[in-house]
Amino acid sequence: MATATATPRASRRSVLSPVVLVVALLVLLLTVLVSVCLGAADLGWTRVLHEIWAQLTGGTSPLTDNEAAILWQLRVPRIVLAGVVGAALACAGAAYQGVFRNPLADPYLLGAAAGAGLGATMVTVFLATLPGAVPGAAFVGALVGVGLTWLLGRSASAGSSNTAVLLLAGVAVTAFLTAIQTFVQQLNTDTIKQVYSWMLGGLNTTGWQDLRVALPYIAPALVVLCLCGRLLDVLAVGDEEAASLGVRPDRVRLVVVLAASLATAAAVSVSGLIGFVGIVVPHVVRLLAGTSYRIVLPVTILGGATFMIIADQIARTAFAPAELPLGVITAFTGAPFFVFVLYTQRRRFA
Amino acid sequence: MLRLTSVAAGYRGDPVVRDVSVDVPAGGWLAIIGPNGAGKSTLLKAVAGLVHATGTIEVADRATHELSARERARLIGYSPQTPTLPEGMSVTDYVLLGRTPHLGTLARESRTDLEVVAGVLARLDLRGLAGRALTTLSGGERQRAVLARVLAQQAGLLLLDEPTTGLDIGHAQALLELVDRLRTEDGTTVVSTLHDLTFAAQYADRLLLLAEGGVVASGKPAEVLTPELLAKHYDADVEVLETSGGEIVIAPVRRRPAELDG
Repeated sequence: MATATATPRASRRSVLSPVVLVVALLVLLLTVLVSVCLGAADLGWTRVLHEIWAQLTGGTSPLTDNEAAILWQLRVPRIVLAGVVGAALACAGAAYQGVFRNPLADPYLLGAAAGAGLGATMVTVFLATLPGAVPGAAFVGALVGVGLTWLLGRSASAGSSNTAVLLLAGVAVTAFLTAIQTFVQQLNTDTIKQVYSWMLGGLNTTGWQDLRVALPYIAPALVVLCLCGRLLDVLAVGDEEAASLGVRPDRVRLVVVLAASLATAAAVSVSGLIGFVGIVVPHVVRLLAGTSYRIVLPVTILGGATFMIIADQIARTAFAPAELPLGVITAFTGAPFFVFVLYTQRRRFA
Repeated sequence: MLRLTSVAAGYRGDPVVRDVSVDVPAGGWLAIIGPNGAGKSTLLKAVAGLVHATGTIEVADRATHELSARERARLIGYSPQTPTLPEGMSVTDYVLLGRTPHLGTLARESRTDLEVVAGVLARLDLRGLAGRALTTLSGGERQRAVLARVLAQQAGLLLLDEPTTGLDIGHAQALLELVDRLRTEDGTTVVSTLHDLTFAAQYADRLLLLAEGGVVASGKPAEVLTPELLAKHYDADVEVLETSGGEIVIAPVRRRPAELDG
């Protein structure tokens, strides 16, 4: 039949275009380069670029040992860590939005933030001297928070995973854990400043250690999330229709929530609570590159890394040598931007 | 093609429909009719494997409870009464979702899948709308897009829950004609719920009348659509008329107060 022959126009579909990917990569690369050249210690951007070139080609370094240490043991690991944390939070946010079909979902929705906050507070109050204890406790706390929400949501919806019940369970768990956290903090006001500064988020730690802690969780989680892109596109038609297409919505949701929560917990453990990245970046990516999760998830990783590196750059240089809390920067830029996104969407769909 | 034997469906321990047995031959069209709340949609969902069911449901001589979700989706296409149309998704991307049961869990669509979708879009006259966002389509175009997604599944059994919801009489007619054409051309079996009894009489070759969760009549349209049965189960005053071409029309009749009294 002549009418049934395929035309290229009819079969055009949303795929991640190489142009978008290359542009996003270039922007990230440029951001990293600019970031490496700027810092509290003025090393001079030509000398930094010269040093990078020397390291790549095996030439002689133009920097003193001290300067090289500042660059490679302080500045670069911090930039890489900012990128990894940003990528994790943004991608986890996008995944949560897909799995709950809710544009306002963020990585902290299911109690990860409250759990991490409680863990960090407990350790700061009771084990103040133990190094590395805060990230560990925050990591465990975040996973416990999400786990509690999941169990509560499952039992309240009688076995099936009802997304509305799960979200409400997240609200309940968040409120409960936050109440405990506030109570413990009020009993121990001497540590309030420490806890508060952790909660506002920041990457003002040193060296490659944090990265070695977080990356083994974040990297595989992000790979899993990117592989789930098509399944999330199918879930967009609702659980029932997705099931009629041979997909098991419960299983997809479990895998995605697990991976996204793992990435979030690892990010929170090294950076504290940094808001808005998980909401703002995915929405910007949707506006610029397309709404299919096969596009949104990978591009969000690059966009999240870029956004966080810029935010951390502002945090460490705007009032140098004093540092601003990273969460303040992301919310300060993120909140108005979010309003802007909402405004443009309103105009588009009105 | 489809055989239900003593099927009960709905919530566990509290079925919405009970004891349904019916046989639909390949290429047949069964319309499930009945008053609101009779369990029409629940029965359709049970066949699609979306609600808990007991008894046996066989599709192409295979019991559906023995099939994996993906195997079932290759045999059965389902369109709900109010399909969810994702914001920002194009018609092509939406219809491509219908290829899901034919893909591996993490696989991407092949050239074959794209060709199937292009063919379906051409057949349903959707080529001009292929790049449009679903949410910008009119009611009739939306229903056709949903039908296209179900057709892309290439299943031998189509379950359509009120496919004419929200369509005016012309668009409803066009959609049902389209389904009938696909049925006769491909030999597809169709099971649909239809609240419009005239359409049910004109398009389906067999009707199943449900009331209060049970089958109260089943057979050819002329056997099921009698004023007596409709009065009893719909609590409706109707006359069964014939068009000039000899087709059944179910016409509501309004009794004036004077007639009721006298």
